Amino acid sequence: MGYQLNEEGFNAMLSELTKEYLIYAPKCYQGGNTFSDTDCIRYGEIRRAEDIVFDRKSDYSFKEVLLPVSETLFYFTEEQVKEADVPRKKGAVIFLRSCDLHAVKRLDDMYLKNGPADYYYRRLRENVKFVLMGCAVSFDNCFCGDMGSDQADNYSVSVDKKGDFYYLDCKDEAFAEILKALPHAELEVAPCHVTENKVKVNIPDHLDASIAKSTMWDEYDTRCIACGRCNFVCPTCTCFTMQDLFYSENGKVGERKRVWASCMVDGFTDVAGGGTYRRKNGERMRFKVLHKVWDYKERNGYHMCVGCGRCDDICPEYISFSNCINKLEKAMEEVSES
Amino acid sequence: MMENTYVPFLSEIKEVIKHTAIEYTFRMTYEGEVKPGQFFEVSIPKYGEAPISVSGIGEGTVDLTIRRVGRVTNEVFERYVGDRLFLRGPYGNGFDIDNYKDKELVVIAGGTGLSPVKGIVDYFAAHPQEKKNMTLVAGFKTPNDILFVEDFAKWKKAMDVILTVDCAEGDTSCQIGLVTQYIPQIRLDVVQEAVAIVVGPPMMMKFTVQGLLDRGFQEENIWISYERKMCCGLGKCGHCKIQDRYVCLDGPVFNYTEGKNLID
Repeated sequence: MGYQLNEEGFNAMLSELTKEYLIYAPKCYQGGNTFSDTDCIRYGEIRRAEDIVFDRKSDYSFKEVLLPVSETLFYFTEEQVKEADVPRKKGAVIFLRSCDLHAVKRLDDMYLKNGPADYYYRRLRENVKFVLMGCAVSFDNCFCGDMGSDQADNYSVSVDKKGDFYYLDCKDEAFAEILKALPHAELEVAPCHVTENKVKVNIPDHLDASIAKSTMWDEYDTRCIACGRCNFVCPTCTCFTMQDLFYSENGKVGERKRVWASCMVDGFTDVAGGGTYRRKNGERMRFKVLHKVWDYKERNGYHMCVGCGRCDDICPEYISFSNCINKLEKAMEEVSES
Repeated sequence: MMENTYVPFLSEIKEVIKHTAIEYTFRMTYEGEVKPGQFFEVSIPKYGEAPISVSGIGEGTVDLTIRRVGRVTNEVFERYVGDRLFLRGPYGNGFDIDNYKDKELVVIAGGTGLSPVKGIVDYFAAHPQEKKNMTLVAGFKTPNDILFVEDFAKWKKAMDVILTVDCAEGDTSCQIGLVTQYIPQIRLDVVQEAVAIVVGPPMMMKFTVQGLLDRGFQEENIWISYERKMCCGLGKCGHCKIQDRYVCLDGPVFNYTEGKNLID
């Protein structure tokens, strides 16, 4: 069922939702970006329509709502262990775009199906509803079309802001009850979606491990600075490292946390005694790229990358992931000749 | 409520067996199923967790042979009998003993690589009727680095044992040279049907497997075990991923036909 709301109505919907949910959406953090005087668009809790950034791509994804950057697992007091309380007492409503909604499936498959279901992910994943933000046009560097993530239908509500009005398509009964109680017009609504990306990618369907021998990875040895930003903005990167932290005032009390980790950053593969795998940045690039567009699919049946292009947006060395994908075909030819 | 697999349990140190200056076996209390080649996440609050493979299985105990090379393991070495460590696990597939029963078996281990496979060697030493010819080739850097010295004496009674060091430093009790050079002299009746386990540093495994293939072993009769950084042990943290495999879930033990194509 479709609804047209004015801003007042939309805000009334949000305030109704806040009774049971925390609402997360892309917000503008003024001056908070990498370069001076540039704003950062990232996720935060919102209460009103004007808090939501509709007209730009978020620099960081929604994933920190389900997978905090740093998450305390439990507390130690000498030999006693106390599980950390749930960081979010209410349910969550997450505003996100189609690519990111596709990324949720990747997070779910990693945390709920790859090995035993993850206790901490599951408790943050429970009682979450997704609001699809339509994309009227493609943003820079997006290639959702070729990754098949330009459209999604597994949302509770979709929302498109056109002029002073909000157009919603509702698939969720709880949302519908709220909407029906507000002044609104009913009409057919289909969420906007990208029909054309400037960036195209071609993933060869005959990739195999031999591509590791290609010289295409060499350029990244010097271009990539192994900062890991690409992993941190990626909505599908899920790696973490366990970390113990103890309080300086009382060395017998502390906590064990997990924090986001990056396969591009030094130390990711280090084993005790000095062993390490993938020393070169080009090897790390290869590992990451192939995970996103080859080996994840070998394991799970579909590609990990959703084509949001945030890795290209953030890279301080202007390395393009989509460009790299488009070199794979030639690289396969190169290694099959040798 | 689902299980919280990250919360560790306490385990008491029952015995400490010193092998070298930096390698001790900690015999820990543990009740439950466990297989050779599996591993535990061993932790001490404040210092963190480290994956340690099971080097022996006893009644109500598991042996963890630990090398003092990092933040966690340094701290473990400060503990003694009666102290307690936190454990999670066991994780990983481990060795399936049935793959090796009633066959000619060769186990080749380099350095601490002997730990994960030691349970298999122990098993056949205790059940000699379940094996045919068996050879253990174990290589260490120097005589001072040899692990499980007392076990070697026991094993020698049940199987052929070749104990070799890279550099003898004047000691004449063991052979000298890399494990690979002893492959040609392993006693085997029907090499095409013989099975082998290879565990050790990456280069050692590569050349040892090549040596076995040259000797006539079938690829599908060789098993290897990978050492990687297993941070969670649960298939989530990503540190141990190789291609589409998670060493903590799908490994650390791989049949060579599967393991040979995996590129880090």
